Order: sequence, then C-alpha cells, then structure tokens
Amino acid sequence: MERFTVLEAIACPLGLANVDTDQLIPARFMSRPRDQGYGSYLLHDLRYDAGGGPRRDFILNAPRYANARILVARRNFGTGSSREAAVYALWDYGIRCVVAPSFGDIFASNAVKNGLLPAIVDEDDVATLLRELATSTPVLRVDLDTQSVGIETRQFGFQVDPVRRLQLLNGWDDIDLTLRHTERIAIYRRDRIAAEPWIVPAPPHA
Amino acid sequence: MTVPRTLFDKLWDAHAITTREDGETLLWVDRHFVHEGSHHAFRKLDARGMTVAEPALTFAVADHYVPTRGRPDIADPEIAGMVSLLSANAAKSGIQLFGLDHPAQGIVHVVGPELGLTLPGLLIVCGDSHTSTHGALGAFAFGIGASEVAHVLMTQTLWQRKPKRMRIIVDGGLGPHISAKDLALHVIGTIGVGGAQGHALEYAGPAISALSIEARLTLCNMSIEAGARCALVAPDETTFAFLRGRVYAPRDAMLDEAIAYWRTLASDADAAFDRDLRVDASAVAPTVTWGVSPEDALPVTAGTPQITTADPARAAAIADALHYMGLEPDTPLTEIDIDRVFIGSCTNGRLEDLRAAAAVLRGRKSRVPGLVSPGSSAVKRQAEAEGLDQVFKAAGLVWADSGCSMCVGMNGDRVGSGERCASTTNRNFRGRQGLGARTHLMSPAMVAAAAVTGRLTDVRTMDLLEN
Repeated sequence: MERFTVLEAIACPLGLANVDTDQLIPARFMSRPRDQGYGSYLLHDLRYDAGGGPRRDFILNAPRYANARILVARRNFGTGSSREAAVYALWDYGIRCVVAPSFGDIFASNAVKNGLLPAIVDEDDVATLLRELATSTPVLRVDLDTQSVGIETRQFGFQVDPVRRLQLLNGWDDIDLTLRHTERIAIYRRDRIAAEPWIVPAPPHA
Repeated sequence: MTVPRTLFDKLWDAHAITTREDGETLLWVDRHFVHEGSHHAFRKLDARGMTVAEPALTFAVADHYVPTRGRPDIADPEIAGMVSLLSANAAKSGIQLFGLDHPAQGIVHVVGPELGLTLPGLLIVCGDSHTSTHGALGAFAFGIGASEVAHVLMTQTLWQRKPKRMRIIVDGGLGPHISAKDLALHVIGTIGVGGAQGHALEYAGPAISALSIEARLTLCNMSIEAGARCALVAPDETTFAFLRGRVYAPRDAMLDEAIAYWRTLASDADAAFDRDLRVDASAVAPTVTWGVSPEDALPVTAGTPQITTADPARAAAIADALHYMGLEPDTPLTEIDIDRVFIGSCTNGRLEDLRAAAAVLRGRKSRVPGLVSPGSSAVKRQAEAEGLDQVFKAAGLVWADSGCSMCVGMNGDRVGSGERCASTTNRNFRGRQGLGARTHLMSPAMVAAAAVTGRLTDVRTMDLLEN
C-alpha cells in the first residue's frame, strides 16, 4: 500500500453533503474489471450529461480544478453502499484525500485500506475551506503527521482514527499483521467450535 | 461481581481473539456471505497465492447481478461473466453456492435467515452494507468492503475498533397498516442518516418484541441508512420459533443447547448505553420519503418541506433535492403522482411484505406499471402457492424472479430518467434505481396503495373491505 505523509495539491471544493457511494460510482459500472481504471466513472452522473458530454456547471469539470487530488465536501461523505469501487473511482481519478466533517463508516475503512485519507474537519472550518478554495488559489497542503490542512492564509486541524493514521503513514497491510496471529486464531477457533458447535452449519438433511 | 453488559458487549467479547495496544481487536467471523460483487476480493486472494481459510463457514449467493426475467439466459455478456465468475470462485474454493439455478437462490439477506445460516450469537459479514439485516436474529452482522472481504476469506478474522452502544426503545404498538418500514423511516427521519454513526444499535421495548422476525429484519436492514455499524434485536421465543426446522439450523439436542445459550444473549438490566432514545410506536404514521436521502422522510399526511433561509446550506440542499425530484415546496405528499412501482429487495421482499401488498391490491388494478421481485426463490414459490402472484398479475404488475433487481437498477430493471417510482427499497439516492430516477421509499402496503390510485396515498384511507 502507498504511504501517505504530506500532500500539497489542487483541491476541489465539491461542497455537497451526503455524497453517497452510488453517486461516487453508479452500480452499472462495477461489473467492469479495474484494469482500465475506474477514474472515468467517478461521480459519473454528476459529471456527464445524458449524451456523455461533460456538464460545464459541475465543479469537478472546471479547468481551475483539473488534476485535483483533494476533495472538500460537506457531512456524511461516502454514505450508503459498501462498494469499495467508490474508493477505486476516487483513487484512479487521482484523489488521495477527502476532507469532510463526517464520513460513512464503511467508506472510511475502505479508503484507508487503499491509502486514501479521510480527513475529518469541523463543519465551520469546512465552510471556510470551501469559500477560500472557490476564490483564492485552489491548493491545499495536507500533513498527516501533524494532522493539519493548510491553505495560503490559514491552518486547520483534522481528525483521523489514530490506528488508521499509522496505517496510512506506514503503508501497512492488515493481512501481514493478522498472519502473525495465526496460532492464536487456531486456538480461538478450536475453543469457539467446542463452546458453540452449531456455528459450523450441518449440511442439509436429504 | 461482573460488570453489566449490553447484548452488543456480549457478542463483541465472544468474538474477540486479541486486542492490540492501540485498541483494535481481531474478531472471529462465524459466517461470511459472498456475492457476484466479491470478485475484487477473490482477485486479491489469487494475487497473494492464498486460499479460502474456512470454506465451510463461507456461502456464495448470486443476487446483485442476476436477471429477474428470462432465466437461465443472461443477455448482457458482462453480467453473465460476473455470475459465472462467482460460480468459478465458489467451485475452486469449495464454497457452497446458491447460484442462478439453485432452488434456494435469492437475495443474500433474505436467504441467510431463511436457511437458518443466520443464527443468534454469530458474527456475520458480507460485502454489502445491508448485512445489518441479520442482526434481527441477535447476530452481530455488518457490511464490509472488498479489502475486508479478502481479509476474511484469507483469515476468517477482521480487525475492528469497538463501536459505541446505542439503544432505541420503542414503546407502545404500531397502528393498523403501519409496518416496520414506517418505523425505520420514522427513526431515520428523526435522527438523520448520520444519527447512529459509530454505534452498534440495539432495538428494544414492547413494540419490538411484538414484531415478527420478518419485520425485525426490515428494521435492522434499514439501520445502515441511519449510519449504524450494526443493528440488533435480542433473540426471544419469536426468534427460536422462526429458526426451528430451518435447513442449516441446529436441531434436536444441539438446538436445545443452543437455545439455552441464546437466552443469555440480552442486555443486562443495568447495562449502560452510550446513547439511549425512546420512540412512541403509536405516533408513527405511514412514512414516505420526498427527497434524495432516507432522512428526507415524512408522514404521508405531510407536505414537501418549505425552503427556509435559517440554515443556508440546508435550504440549498432542500431546494436541490426538490429540483431533482421534480417537486415544488409545500406540496401535500398525497398529491404526488407516480409513474411506476417496485416491490422487492432485501428490505421488503419477504413473504409477509408480499402478503401486505397483495392485501391492498387484491381485486384492484394498478394505474401504473410495476415489478414485483420476491426476496428469494423460496419466497417466490410460497407466494405462488398462496396465489399472491395471481393478485399482482391481475393488478397488471410483472411477477419476476428474485434478485437485487430494481433496487440497484440491474439488468434493465430500471426506473427511467425523470420517472417517479414508489418503491419498497432502502435508498432514494440520486440515480440509484436508474439515471435520473426519482424514488419514494415506503412500505409494501403503501406502494400497493400508490399503485391503485396512481399517487402517493395513505393506505389507512383505503377501505380494505370494499372489494
């Protein structure tokens, strides 16, 4: 997994609340293999009109925010379906960090497992960031070590689960860690099946 | 003296293998359901050269991508590839598959409880957010992403941080024609889509005890729409009666032993919750959504909201939602005409749901086209044995096979752009049921009532004895 330390990049003030994962990537694209990238599916139905042309009034299409690597949104970003493809779409588009006051639970977990930082910033500070990014240079500096987001004029603190912070800083993979506990898992398994034997379902009676 | 524990604490403790200094706990997974969408996870497994750790605890169900008509043919080669990839992955890993042609095929959250694969006290995961459904039987069940699916396939475990505990006590009883769906929408409308975020949510109280298992499944299913990590109802006699004789459930002496243990799975009387909330069931009206988030829920007797200027961000969101939905502010909900109905999904595709819809539709015609997709193939057979399919067909609706179908806009089971659909599903997100689709969430009886009149309708005003 790619490590996340400091990122200074163009930030798009998306400014929407409740951006659900169905919007991040509509289900109809998820049967495609990821080989060619999911970036073009990101926010597809907001970015493109019925004819497939880019909507000029959609902020992510504005030339000013081309090559954005950071999104700033309002509360409850990534709510809804557990589809990790929502993170793939963000990642393949180039987004490495989403700043919002709150995130859907499963989305935040999926994000970190792919190296994408969900940075929790107070509602009022998000409002300030949205205003500033819309008017001054749309660049943010995100420092995971100091947990701060900075624009030209000001710095804001952000929250991130301490474990997730370490995983992102180090690019750790859960599975390597878990495999170190193989023996303990085996003992637990034996005891669990002895205590509640019905957890192993019997094949159906003929 | 032992510290009083909540039901959730008990389930958590029973599955904790080890806890790291940083607070993350490695949990054992008793049951893992995979579906066609799990292909990313199987690829990760292959990439690491690993195999499925516990095939006997893993079950594959074809539901997300399967067509609901014209089986066994699948017209779209991309979709056909997804369904056959699941079969191949299941076969290769020695996993029991409930595939397209299996008599037990259906939506995973309907099939699990139906087969007795879902049991009290189990930790259940699936790469689908509506896995919270299984908590209705007292299981600790939650949805996970593809990386976590891969982790469970490889190790049968998962690292988690313990969520907070929240309880909603529902007093009184639900009124006539008011269902668990109305209660769920009422709760989400009250606490918001982030209202239970970071919490394991337990439902308790007399109104919950009185609910059938099917109704509890609906309630726990919708809890993810309030942001809950998982939802729970403590197992009781209703639960045990439901499980007796299920194909994969324990039986005879083992069942007795299991039930004796399951009886201990209740929150201790003085256990502490991080949040406690009370809801009066008798105050719950038939509830429908008007906007693009499940929290945009109101009693059907209300009107669409006004755009007030007190909170500019909220006002803009309301205006935007109304615009997407093609609605004006302050419009009585019962004046909203619909174009289509859908009855089905993991939320409301069970037999009780189909019966409730059929009770309203019996002897009546639907004014709009619509689709009925049973939650499982078993539900379909039982509904047909009861003649419910005839009621729907006579009303002019299409009776189809089981799958996620129009809930996710699959295989042409789609709501057209700008079309308005009264739907028994769980999400009224923009474009979820199809590009530009306008979804109003409600109970099966309310969808049936809307079908009969062609507009959102209070089912309580329909004289059910008239015909």
